[in-house]
Amino acid sequence: MQHIIVVGNGMVGYKFCEKFVEKTESKNFKITVFGEEPRPAYDRVHLSEFFENQDAKALEMAPMEWYADQNIDLIVGERVAEINRTSKTITTAKNQEFSYDYLVLATGSAPFVPPIKGVEKKGVFVYRTIEDLEGMLAYAAKLKAEKPNAKAAVLGGGLLGLEAGKAVMDMGLEPHIVEFASKLMPRQLDLRSSQVLQLKLESIGLNIHLSKATNQILGDDAITGMEFGEDDILDVDMLVISAGIRPRDELGKNSGLDVGTRGGIVVNNKMQTSDESIYAIGEIALYNQMIYGLVAPGYDMAGIAVDQIIGETASVMPAEIDMSTKLKLIGVDVASFGEPFMPASSGHSIIFENKTQHLYKRINVSLDGKSLLGGILVGDASDYNMLHQVYLNGMAIPEDPSQLILPASDGGSSFGSVLDLPDTAQVCSCESVSKGDICCSITDGDCNNLNDIITKTKATTGCGGCKPMVVDLVNETLKSLGKEVKETICEHFNFNRQELYDLIKINKVADYEETLNLFGEGHGCEVCKPLVASIFATVTMETANRQPAIQDTNDRFLANIQRNGTYSVVPRVAGGEITPDQLITIGAVAKKYDLYTKITGGQRIDLFGAQVHELPMIWKELIDAGFESGHAYGKSLRTVKSCVGSTWCRYGMHESVTFAIDIEKRYRGLRSPHKFKGGVSGCIRECAEARGKDFGLIAVDGGWNLYVCGNGGATPKHAVLLAEQLDDETVVRYLDRFLMYYIRTAGPLVRTAPWLDKLDGGLDYLKQVIIEDSLGIAEELEQEMKGLINKYECEWKQAIESPEIMKRFKHFVNSDDTDDNLEFVPMREQKMPKAWI
Amino acid sequence: MEHILEQYKSVTKNNVETWFKVGMTTDFPENSGACIKYKTKQIAVYNFKRANTWYAAQNLCPHKMEMVLSLGMIGDKEGIPKVACPLHKKNFSLEDGTNLAGGDLKIATYPVKIENGNVYIGFSD
Repeated sequence: MQHIIVVGNGMVGYKFCEKFVEKTESKNFKITVFGEEPRPAYDRVHLSEFFENQDAKALEMAPMEWYADQNIDLIVGERVAEINRTSKTITTAKNQEFSYDYLVLATGSAPFVPPIKGVEKKGVFVYRTIEDLEGMLAYAAKLKAEKPNAKAAVLGGGLLGLEAGKAVMDMGLEPHIVEFASKLMPRQLDLRSSQVLQLKLESIGLNIHLSKATNQILGDDAITGMEFGEDDILDVDMLVISAGIRPRDELGKNSGLDVGTRGGIVVNNKMQTSDESIYAIGEIALYNQMIYGLVAPGYDMAGIAVDQIIGETASVMPAEIDMSTKLKLIGVDVASFGEPFMPASSGHSIIFENKTQHLYKRINVSLDGKSLLGGILVGDASDYNMLHQVYLNGMAIPEDPSQLILPASDGGSSFGSVLDLPDTAQVCSCESVSKGDICCSITDGDCNNLNDIITKTKATTGCGGCKPMVVDLVNETLKSLGKEVKETICEHFNFNRQELYDLIKINKVADYEETLNLFGEGHGCEVCKPLVASIFATVTMETANRQPAIQDTNDRFLANIQRNGTYSVVPRVAGGEITPDQLITIGAVAKKYDLYTKITGGQRIDLFGAQVHELPMIWKELIDAGFESGHAYGKSLRTVKSCVGSTWCRYGMHESVTFAIDIEKRYRGLRSPHKFKGGVSGCIRECAEARGKDFGLIAVDGGWNLYVCGNGGATPKHAVLLAEQLDDETVVRYLDRFLMYYIRTAGPLVRTAPWLDKLDGGLDYLKQVIIEDSLGIAEELEQEMKGLINKYECEWKQAIESPEIMKRFKHFVNSDDTDDNLEFVPMREQKMPKAWI
Repeated sequence: MEHILEQYKSVTKNNVETWFKVGMTTDFPENSGACIKYKTKQIAVYNFKRANTWYAAQNLCPHKMEMVLSLGMIGDKEGIPKVACPLHKKNFSLEDGTNLAGGDLKIATYPVKIENGNVYIGFSD
């Protein structure tokens, strides 16, 4: 048995192990891996994600056990100090000696720290390892406690520097990027694209300083600023250095291997160093006089070294290495492929630039206009995968190459189908998966869906950039085999929401039980039950009280369940207009039942901490005072927010409050695939934030502008303009059609914004359906909505008037006791649930 | 908090000491859950009307130690009867109390018998 020692357990070192154990020959070898860091290899490319979850395990390439299962000895936290080439041994820093038959160097690189005066000060960090990040986090937390508006600078405006900029921004520090060159990402972008990127980054709060050479770092003990020149000082409280990398080649250098003048261990196309039993891969390998700082070439090198060691000597590294990259930097798409910068003598460039939208696209084509040589995309890289394939495979390009980057006039893509790609097209460059690998796995019957493909080929598991293309390939291949591709509701119903909606409606199904008997199987679950409840709410126009067993817990108890199992109560306050008497009633009820009160974002009042048996008593008092359910618990209309409008405001153009109240009352209680909200603003100052809602009205000269499909929340989106200068009546008619169309066709728990994103034909199509009635269903939609509006009933009034429904509001079936497990603690003169352990 | 969890230990038909009557079948909602009290315990009782079977389990969700499982929606996963916690939708098997998504969290289950229209839960204490 021969012994391989791998020095370095980073992404490339790990990939060597993974590729090695896949080979049948691997049984003749024993692998020992040394890692200097205290944990097994992790995904450094996605290091900034560590800030979001602080979960180091989630970044691991493979858990510790994987190495043991593969019979690999992984020794972490131990650095290899010396190689003795004559005796073929290595010595670790702890003075242990191991002998090898093959040695694989994958020591990667270290951050380059420029020799600036003061870099040793506290608060100066590099950005490379999880430990670096932990150090930054701890320092930032301490800073913020002392100084709420602390600033952090990143030295270096390259790829990694901008990632670090996002990291410090996520830590709540004011981010500054300091770059020596006159543009951002100087290695990947040309000047114009770099300026577009800069505009975009500045618009989201990054401060960018270009052409700055740092003379010294200021401060006594800890950093307080950076000095660029006389009187040119930037005050900062923390600094992250990201000024490039240097290969960790000291082991090779000290043992006499050939190294480059600027570092890196020289390798041939077999990844062999000047000593034929020693290989070097990844960021220490100097191949073609180049260090390749990307993960895809590193993985390729790992594969070549594996092949060479097991004797597949024909497998060598290609002379040309594709350095194309696509990434999302702080939410901005940036991509470059092939030859991004091209002298005018070797081809023509086609450039599309739109600074208002922060968009830049450049492609370089050959002088004869027949082939694509490279390009740059900033702001929107959705065309990257196809362009990259066209480039890699030398595919023919349209006679007018500008079609490749300009939006196609008919809304379709100018590329045709993904299936047009040659089978050899490499779709996932991290894992070297070709289009043929993916499609054949499906046509052979090995794989039936995306998950199977990912498990079998590992495509998408590297940088993830190829995912959209892999999804398309899987779906298109399945379709070409006549297999249906659809998202079904759950294991109990082999339909999507829209199909089930139609089935229930056409067959006049009575209830959930019958739906399950006719179209489903099993006992249902927490996914299909509320979905069917929502369909019944529309089709048979019923409230949540008719079929309580299929309602989500909130709908079953007509209240929002809170952290400790108590509920919150929200009466409707249409348009946010409330009388002093109503305020007094709410206050009196809250006081009587000892409820925590808070104003909501939707201009109403939430009362927290009610026990289930108290809900009917609370609602009885509210209803007697003229309130009704606010449906805060339902997937239904929440509120229509308004500004004060022309009745009081000196700028108001129309009566926004009156209109908001009318609309909120019109759609109150309307169940839908997800919750939805509205807003009405009396002028373009937009105080009601109507464009952050599922539908929004803004008063303009001559009527209302109607916006649709916006939301706040985790993925904020501005609503888009559907129609302009409408009168009240037309607004209502369009809204009826729009909401009804959404309710009929959206998937479960899909809000209006993602629904519109997925709607074939997008906004133009929606306009045709709603305004031009292209489907001929407008009248039907309006009638259905009218029916729902006329059938409206307050669910809580229904509940407190029915002894049968009231039985639900009891903690124990066999006792009048209440839950004795509840514990509250005082907070700012109110109360809150005792914290979770 | 731990002492609350400790009093819930699964009981099987074989080690029942007490069959405790908790009400009439009509006291319990169909195809959903309700909560009963036995000594200091809170027990969720589920009436699977379609299959005419009943299940009982601790009302305490072991994830965040809240008395909420009787409020969860019931159904099945590949034929295994289950409840989904209303707080974070953790799914527990009502046959053996395991978390159907894997992991260590587990709930105690109790046998149920129906006699003459009455519902009884079996306890070992």
